[in-house]
Amino acid sequence: MSADANRHSTDTVSVGSEVTYRTRIWISSFLFAGLVLGTCLAASAPAAFAADSHVNRKAPEFVREDLNGTSIDLRSYRGKVVLLDFWATWCAPCQIEMPFFAAWQREYGPQGLQVIGISMDDDPGPVRRLVAKMKLNYPVAMGDATLGEQYGGVLGLPLTYLIDRNGVVRTQFKGEIDVKTIEKQLKLMLAHR
Amino acid sequence: MKFGFFLRAGMIAILVMVSGWSAQAQFGAPSENSAFSIAQAQLIQPEELSRLLHAGGADKPLVLQVGSRVLFDQAHIAGSEYAGAGSQAAGLQQLQSRVAPLSRKSFIVLYCGCCPWNRCPNIAPAINLLHGLGFTRVKALYLADNFGTDWADKGYPVERGR
Repeated sequence: MSADANRHSTDTVSVGSEVTYRTRIWISSFLFAGLVLGTCLAASAPAAFAADSHVNRKAPEFVREDLNGTSIDLRSYRGKVVLLDFWATWCAPCQIEMPFFAAWQREYGPQGLQVIGISMDDDPGPVRRLVAKMKLNYPVAMGDATLGEQYGGVLGLPLTYLIDRNGVVRTQFKGEIDVKTIEKQLKLMLAHR
Repeated sequence: MKFGFFLRAGMIAILVMVSGWSAQAQFGAPSENSAFSIAQAQLIQPEELSRLLHAGGADKPLVLQVGSRVLFDQAHIAGSEYAGAGSQAAGLQQLQSRVAPLSRKSFIVLYCGCCPWNRCPNIAPAINLLHGLGFTRVKALYLADNFGTDWADKGYPVERGR
């Protein structure tokens, strides 16, 4: 009786192991198929406009004159955390964010924050007027298609990048985002030296 | 007991009134320049437009971008033309000049995609202008977030440059 019970118990374990083994094979097959499918889909997507294509990579470097004629060389801000804001005067959500960016420049500037604004307007006239009206305390330069393409295509605003002290893009915020989310990430990056 | 009942009833009534006022403030009639003012029947979805462009033939619309030139130069719907920013007088003038020689029955699709749909300053003035000029087959491409997210990133056909 005892031997039968033991044999029965052993059989049960053996069948259970077989089931588990088959299940693992199925799961592995599904995961592999998903990986292959995902890779194919990613490969067929237009690479030039791939979302988040610059995250965890060196920020594309640029040198531009700001609205006052002062040179902005992104490379010269190594050692600082850079908030790079692509915006435009016709972009309402952009204008909601900008007073916060100015306040952060005041508050976190001593900790190493540098905000840079890139206007994607066609004409600098309205940009100058809005910058003066909002009393922005950070440099603003005019962008263009070339700069937009460097950053993978600025095909909608607002678009904000957080670049770490080593010049690496760490986060990209696309569209209308709660500024608290940006500030939280910003503070984490400022704390990391 | 009665006082408690009336107090609770009064509080509920106030809450209902406040929420009604709030809803009216939030969902009140949109201004004529808001993209929300564009009727559902005047919208076309990206998938449908892509299908029409791919199929070609008589139902292939003229596609005009009525937003930012800088964004257009980076990428635009394959075969589309830049027609001026709908939020600016000069842009509307450019659009009017472009459509002037066309039949009022021409199938035209306008798009912008500069920012989230409810924030777009360009699309509603542009479609209003064409309606005012007597065009009867005009659609606005519905891009919920922006051109990058809702068209380019989804693999619909794009072109670069002017």
